[in-house]
Amino acid sequence: MKKALLNFLHRIEPDKEKHPLLHTVYDGFFTFAFTPNLVTKGGVHIRDGMDLKRLMVQVVLALQVLYLFGTYNIGHQHFVALGEYTGFLQGVHLKLVYGLIQIIPLIIVAHVVGLGIEFFYAYKKGHGIEEGFLVSGALIPLIMPPDIPLWILALSVAFAVWIGKEAFGGTGMNVLNIALLARVFVFFAYPTYISGDEVWVAGLSSLAPGAAADYGWIHLSVFNPLFEALNLPGYNPASAVVDGYTGATPLSLAFHSGWEHVTEVYTDAQMWWGTIPGSIGETSKPLIILGALYLAITKIADWRIMFSAVVGAAFMAVLLNAWGATPFMEVPWYYQFYMGSFWFAIAFMATDPVTASATPSGKWIYGFLIGFVGMIIRVLNPAYPEGWMLAILFMNVFAPLIDYYVVQANINRRLKRAKVAA
Amino acid sequence: MNSIKSKAVLVIVAVLSANAAWAQSEGGSSGYGTYFIYGLIAVSVLVFFMIILQVADNLMVIEAKQSGVASTGANFSIFPNWKELFAPRLPEYLRGKPLTALRRGHNINLEGEAELVLDATAGAKTFAMQPFNFTGISPIPKLLVEVGDEVKAGDHLFFDKKRPEILYVAPVSGEVIAINRGAKRSITEIVILADKEIKYRELKGFDLDGGTREGLVQYLLDAGVWPLIRQRPYDIVAEHDVVPRDIFISTFDTAPLAPNLNFVIQGQEEAFQKGLDVLNKLTDGKVYLGLDGRGKEKPHAAFTEAKGVETHYFHGKHPAGNVGVQIHHTKPISAGDKVWTLGVQDVATIGRIFTEKRFNAERVVALVGAELKQAKYVRTFLGANIGDLINDNLANDHVRLISGDVLSGKKKTADEFLNIFDDQVTVVLEGDDFELFGWLLPSLNTPSISPTLPSTLFPNLKKRAETNTHGEKRAFVVTGNYESVLPMDVYPQELMKSILVGDFEKVEGLGIYELSEEDVALCEFVCVSKQPVQQILRQGLEMMREQG
Repeated sequence: MKKALLNFLHRIEPDKEKHPLLHTVYDGFFTFAFTPNLVTKGGVHIRDGMDLKRLMVQVVLALQVLYLFGTYNIGHQHFVALGEYTGFLQGVHLKLVYGLIQIIPLIIVAHVVGLGIEFFYAYKKGHGIEEGFLVSGALIPLIMPPDIPLWILALSVAFAVWIGKEAFGGTGMNVLNIALLARVFVFFAYPTYISGDEVWVAGLSSLAPGAAADYGWIHLSVFNPLFEALNLPGYNPASAVVDGYTGATPLSLAFHSGWEHVTEVYTDAQMWWGTIPGSIGETSKPLIILGALYLAITKIADWRIMFSAVVGAAFMAVLLNAWGATPFMEVPWYYQFYMGSFWFAIAFMATDPVTASATPSGKWIYGFLIGFVGMIIRVLNPAYPEGWMLAILFMNVFAPLIDYYVVQANINRRLKRAKVAA
Repeated sequence: MNSIKSKAVLVIVAVLSANAAWAQSEGGSSGYGTYFIYGLIAVSVLVFFMIILQVADNLMVIEAKQSGVASTGANFSIFPNWKELFAPRLPEYLRGKPLTALRRGHNINLEGEAELVLDATAGAKTFAMQPFNFTGISPIPKLLVEVGDEVKAGDHLFFDKKRPEILYVAPVSGEVIAINRGAKRSITEIVILADKEIKYRELKGFDLDGGTREGLVQYLLDAGVWPLIRQRPYDIVAEHDVVPRDIFISTFDTAPLAPNLNFVIQGQEEAFQKGLDVLNKLTDGKVYLGLDGRGKEKPHAAFTEAKGVETHYFHGKHPAGNVGVQIHHTKPISAGDKVWTLGVQDVATIGRIFTEKRFNAERVVALVGAELKQAKYVRTFLGANIGDLINDNLANDHVRLISGDVLSGKKKTADEFLNIFDDQVTVVLEGDDFELFGWLLPSLNTPSISPTLPSTLFPNLKKRAETNTHGEKRAFVVTGNYESVLPMDVYPQELMKSILVGDFEKVEGLGIYELSEEDVALCEFVCVSKQPVQQILRQGLEMMREQG
């Protein structure tokens, strides 16, 4: 079986000289199927079983539960806005299919654009295809609003991979986190698609009461007949947004009118378990923490960064509580962790080893400052009630500086030791 | 024991009284804000109390130091220190001994450990001196023999033109049958077909107690044992006109499948002690002996009872047995320092030029690896032919022969020879096979430090080593891995990057002088990006040596 597959793959291998681009792509897929037969040469004779592919894939695995929940939640929020199937487990087939119709194009576009650029540069520079985009490609759809236009997504991915990574030399060389770079590109270039109250629920023509649901032909002429055949309820194009629905996220409510107002709309459990509007993957805190624990236990993400980021955020939130000048500042510090994308950001973005601090003590400082600065941006910035994306990008830029001082301290320690000895 | 108990009681009392203070400050509160204020007050009271306690405690410790009673290294603080709380449970023979417990590192558990049997019959027929074993020697040394010459063990074979005083000698007697050359006519091997009965060049002997250091150096140079002494930084042949700060010897090897030196030293105890006496005369500092403090096996009496040396125990995983790591934790090498290091059997060889008055380079070599029919120890001489040693012991023919261990040994063919400083031949499976979804499948046989591989869950399970790289080379991505296996205050990844960009000052500042290839070999093993870390380090060492 294995031999037959190997023989087949060797037979279809394109000529390296004649079709270099094709060969690069072939090589990428071949090394995906088979670990190469490379043996050690010079140096150590045996190698650890861990390589970049295995490392990256663990992160993607940790994200799978979020994909599952995020997909379902897209559908759930859509129907909550219409006032239909408001129970979480009502209309499961409708919500799941709705979510899949939304998310699959996002995944495809992100990967086609990102991998396309990666393949091209691998061919240009004449090296194998590197695995960096496996994680970025899995993260990017999760941090976008469900209704983001595909062309904007394509542009942002192209910007992030091209300017953010390949311009600096490829995987392992980038200064800024690729996934966040894609998001920040949308944030500054097309702010109306990624901020405000309107964008977090998919498939509505507007959020005004009475506005109709926006179904395409795939809902109405592919799945509706299918559901009918199965004797299940289908999508109803006459549904309209219910009275009093705003679509605002808890953060936005807290920002404008404080915690009291948030509790009028959402319960604690809703916010914690994540059945609220938001970016696709960010809402469910327990599942994110599950993924974070997996990464921390397998030592793929550094627990120091996550832990000190929580400490930093809590510390700043307590300080803001003590200050208490606006309703948002008075939100009890522990409730700050119920809202927004804090957990997702520190579990999957802050811990990116390429852009984070490299030294162990640097990681403590780096994580703490992300929590600290992020909470400042979330609460004090007058325009927009969230801060982790900007805080992490900000600290990405500062990570080399932190490392510089940590390394310099090591050098000074050594010099001092020499002086004492002399 | 009593003092630890009383300390625990004091700490508990401190915590309880702090709790009481906190409970009092809580009364009559309502609403979140008041809780917060009272919480702050409680915390500050607690902090204040702890500061007073800490200051008083420090004063007590200072008092103890000034009065001189603290010189024993005992803990005079009321708080138990970190070491007391978490020190590994130690067997009786380690109590009260100077012990450094190293927490970082990794043991690679492989199949094929040598049984404790010594095969004295399996002799090699040919032996070779290989100039490139001696780091820093010029590639074409001046030869003193020709093909066809008869030599005795201890006869001079060649010398380095840059340092003509240091003479390299024949390990056995016999006929010089080949002088093999490599790239650019460099000399790779001087091959000797050994006599059945080894004949030795008679040495005139040296009076160790009466003689001068200079005379001793001359005697060692002539006898041919000088190249066995290595000098750090750079891990080169010791310079004969240098007085080293100290001399370090590690008496245990923690590398994968490494020979058990407690077994190897048997029968060489007298020569070993004599060698230590000689070394003591060569340095103004001390001779340090690093001893096995892992607690599994009591080190041999030749090590524990050695006279005229400082002994120091080391507890921990590989590379705790590396002399570089031991130097770092005893008396680190700073810029300008020069220290010497030797292997245990090299010390015994030096001892024998006094006890036997001849260059007797006998070596006990471990043949290890899962691909051997029987993994065992053999008695032979320096630079033995590897094919002769392995002979018909191979269980599998798709193998790689390694002189040394799997981490920093060198790949050899059956016609080639054991490197001078190696006392181990490892035979591992050549892993040149494709593996379907190898990057995803959980493999029990692949050694790893990553918990994503199930082999990590069974650290005692022995693995069958093979040479597949398990992935392709990439840029540095992961951080913190190198540090997790190197028990030194060094940032290896920063150092490697500095070497690659050629930043001399930073390379020196980050402590390159304290490292040699074997110390960073584990970093290379764990590297997710499959970087050639040892090669990069050697490049850096050469760069620094050229700078002077």
